[in-house]
Amino acid sequence: MSNEVAILGVGMHPWGKWGRSFVEYGVKAAKDALADAGIEWKDVQFVAGGDTIRNGYPGYVAGATFAQAMGWQGAQVSSSYGACASGSQAIATARAQILAGLCDVALVVGADTTPKGFFAPTGGGDRTRDPDWLRFRLVGATNPVYFGLWARRRMELFGATEQDFAKVKVKNSQHGAQNPNARYPKAFSMEEVLASPMVSDPLRLLQICATSDGGAAIVLTSMEYARKHATDFVTIPAVSNVTPKYPNTLIEMPNFSTDSGAGVQMPDVPFRPSIAKHAYEQAGVGPEDMDLAEVYDLSSALELDWYEIIGLCKEGEAEKLVRDGDTSVGGRIPVNTSGGLGAFGEAIPAQAIAQVCELTWQLRGQAQGRQVEGAHLGITANYGLFGHGSSVIAKR
Amino acid sequence: MSKTPVAAVEGWFTMDLDTPHLLGTRCTRCSNVFFPKEESYCRNPDCGGTEFEETKLSRRGRIWSFTNNCYAPPEPFVAKEPFEPYSIAAVELEAEKMIVIGQVTAGTQVADLEAGMEMELVLDTLYEDEENQYLVWKWQPAA
Repeated sequence: MSNEVAILGVGMHPWGKWGRSFVEYGVKAAKDALADAGIEWKDVQFVAGGDTIRNGYPGYVAGATFAQAMGWQGAQVSSSYGACASGSQAIATARAQILAGLCDVALVVGADTTPKGFFAPTGGGDRTRDPDWLRFRLVGATNPVYFGLWARRRMELFGATEQDFAKVKVKNSQHGAQNPNARYPKAFSMEEVLASPMVSDPLRLLQICATSDGGAAIVLTSMEYARKHATDFVTIPAVSNVTPKYPNTLIEMPNFSTDSGAGVQMPDVPFRPSIAKHAYEQAGVGPEDMDLAEVYDLSSALELDWYEIIGLCKEGEAEKLVRDGDTSVGGRIPVNTSGGLGAFGEAIPAQAIAQVCELTWQLRGQAQGRQVEGAHLGITANYGLFGHGSSVIAKR
Repeated sequence: MSKTPVAAVEGWFTMDLDTPHLLGTRCTRCSNVFFPKEESYCRNPDCGGTEFEETKLSRRGRIWSFTNNCYAPPEPFVAKEPFEPYSIAAVELEAEKMIVIGQVTAGTQVADLEAGMEMELVLDTLYEDEENQYLVWKWQPAA
């Protein structure tokens, strides 16, 4: 049995700081995706929403919120939260419904409106049992603190330099300058990146992703439905939403410590590499088959980790890839052709969906100005705090 | 009049000002260690233990990585006015095979740190109010 579902339509609301309701961004993206698919809203049988936790109750029930805003039409609904992996959980839910034969047409939507500045714990009061509250209270461990720890580790272990990290940002800003949905249209120079203020050493302001408003949506259908309604379409042969295997020995948001590796057997594959491995195995492909990748560059340095995690190179070799221009459009394996988070900023529940939108445009040959010639297979990778893996493979 | 030293979080470390230890738990069945404390169900999927004993974590370890906060973190962090940037270290404890993050004591800059450097645990002020001085664990270069 095929594990594939078809992507018949994709749509986005541009990322920015628009100051409007997340619902508006989601509905715009959804309407664009439906128009792209040539499918009427009333023909959607299942709505999968990616939740936002910073916009009150409607954000917790995002699927229904979008369905109501589009006009109730009786579709079945789900709402998923998996931090930055919320969007791919929504994709996984819609895909499972389709593969189980429970529906033919599903709409996946994620959108967010974000506050300015650092992400901080949600909700009020002293919450001494909530590790997300405690990490801010006791250590001041913001998200960039964890990004800084990972970045510095690359410097200590592999001799990565500030210039390497800046080069990632420069590359992604060049890609993003060609993407009308990106928040930052500016192509930055090395000098500008390296002159921006230090936030969490060695990471500077321009190397850390901003928090953005934005929305993304895709229309998924069964292969049978797609063949009846379209002649040529992108498909999803794999979705990975794996969690770590015990013990997870990498320090991760929002934790104070890793699991203890004393006296227990280590997992066959550490958490991060297991995210892509699971996707590759489902699709029956490997990293050598990929034409492009969209990865979660919460910081420019983290993008280098992803090159290794998804198997584009061996551990310690990522710096060479970016130095050689291999991951730029026109290079051997372009990464973050959309501009990535560096050019977008995070709109949490939309991000993993937006990655799939970019793959779809690339595989269709519609990524004007940043097109990877002849691309037919791509992978997304992302993960959310509290152990949410996220990876989607798309092919044409 | 001096302020009363109070733990900023209950039960996470000994209030021994000279040689403090972080307090975790050890599963009595599989011996795996947890910090912060796990007290109901062992998280080792091969275990299933439900009984734990309190254990003091090693108070020395080696730096896995480090960074700093050049800007004040948002609430609920209680930032000094004016804010003074501080370093943060992730320290690997050899016996527990566990990495624990913590603030680094004032005066130690990122340039003073490197991976593999030995650090020791101390108690230091997190913030103060009228009556109390709230203490938290911090890492400082080992003497």
